[in-house]
Amino acid sequence: MDLIGVGSTPIVLLTGFFTGGVLVLQTFPTLEYYGVQSESGRSVATSLIRELGPVLSALMVSGRIGSAIAAELGSMVVSQQIDAMRAFGTNPVRKLVLPRLIALISMLPLLTVAADIFGLIGGAIVASGIYNQEISVFVNSARNGIEFEDILGGIIKPLFFGLVIGSVACHKGLSTSGGTVGVGKSTTDSVVISSIWVIIFDFFLSKALQYLLGIGRF
Amino acid sequence: MHEVVTIADPESAADELAEFDGAINSPYRALPVIEFRDVHLAFDDKVILDGISFHVRRGETKIILGRSGGGKSTIIRLILGLLKPDSGSILIDGEDITALSEEEMMTVRRKIGMVFQEGALFDSLSVYENVAYRLRELNVAEEEIEREVRRMLRFVDLEDAIDKMPNELSGGMRRRVGIARALVGDPEIVLYDEPTAGLDPPTARTICELAIKLRDLQDVSSIFVTHEMNNVEYLSSEYATVNEKGEVIFEAEGERLCLINTEVLMLRDGKIIFSGSDEKLRASTDPYIRNFVFGK
Repeated sequence: MDLIGVGSTPIVLLTGFFTGGVLVLQTFPTLEYYGVQSESGRSVATSLIRELGPVLSALMVSGRIGSAIAAELGSMVVSQQIDAMRAFGTNPVRKLVLPRLIALISMLPLLTVAADIFGLIGGAIVASGIYNQEISVFVNSARNGIEFEDILGGIIKPLFFGLVIGSVACHKGLSTSGGTVGVGKSTTDSVVISSIWVIIFDFFLSKALQYLLGIGRF
Repeated sequence: MHEVVTIADPESAADELAEFDGAINSPYRALPVIEFRDVHLAFDDKVILDGISFHVRRGETKIILGRSGGGKSTIIRLILGLLKPDSGSILIDGEDITALSEEEMMTVRRKIGMVFQEGALFDSLSVYENVAYRLRELNVAEEEIEREVRRMLRFVDLEDAIDKMPNELSGGMRRRVGIARALVGDPEIVLYDEPTAGLDPPTARTICELAIKLRDLQDVSSIFVTHEMNNVEYLSSEYATVNEKGEVIFEAEGERLCLINTEVLMLRDGKIIFSGSDEKLRASTDPYIRNFVFGK
């Protein structure tokens, strides 16, 4: 839990911060063209909290933690540690998979929230530093742009993403075969497959949340 | 004059006879600890085991010889229930394990100690925790765990390494810790999967001595999978005994004594091509066996 949560914090925060920054950098001129540059906070906040925060955090965690889990379990299979565990009367799923799933599911929403906050800070810095917008204007528009449902949706998504990343990584790791080469393959497969599933899942989750919580409908 | 005995109740007489027979040839001894009956196993199109039948008696060591990838380790995985055969039955202490569920298999596995190829120690746990693993799973009290762990590490002569991590140990030490871990709980069966592969000759010898000690002094039944002939040499020609000073010593079988508690089984393409004593193995005229035994 420490490794997954605390260990991933720096990369997730950096990702959030620069994503928020670049969003403002790219959208501000367009908003200015339509004369609604005062709404830049709203545009960053909604895209970050609804989509980019959860998805990017999940992708980073899949790269950092999903790969580590698959590699660790894969090495355990290859060095017969899983066999040893079963031979000594332990169920590897209960002993190895369950704690990892719980850690991922509980840590990913926290990391996502942290990424969202840093994204907003990054956006605010770019808006005021590069486009000379008052910080208070940015903050107010962000605050008006997001509702409780957005935040709730932004926390529900990473719960599922954590489950997806954890299950794919554990499954790939435990089904490793073919020695050290097999471990490499499982690790790659785990990252690729969980990333794709996160993106596909995100679409359907967004649709479901739109329907259930009324997010994004006026 | 012969006394004529009339049998009033044939059934009870049969029982008495069985009892008498049992006294000479105790059923405890007579019942094989491990028995394979016509076991078949294939992965996809590749036949791994093709009608394997054999048994291991109590206190006996069965050495399984064969080329790498010839199904030797598969036999061990089948006994542990890590794999299920396609057909045939496998009996442990007379109980057919092929139909048992994973949960039921856990009880059977408690009777078995397993020594893995490279030791298969848990990387993230210390030597102490590795050896204690099985007892922890059974929620044994800490003092008893410590006593048992120390006893086992003394047996493999590694008590000094108790607080080390597996990556600080040499290959031979890892195997010995693996053996100590397998022996926790005094299993009646110990399975060795190429325990000396990749070790230098003196260390390999130490591992074989441990196996001999278990066989001769603790009455452990075992299967010893290997492809190294010097292992066969040690296991089938030496025995452990205790001298007047109470030390364990190893003696070679000689004119007066011939070890009968160790037999060799040789596999080729999923079939048993030889079963018998090491003397018989060496005397074989089969070119494949001679090639394997003498290397030419």
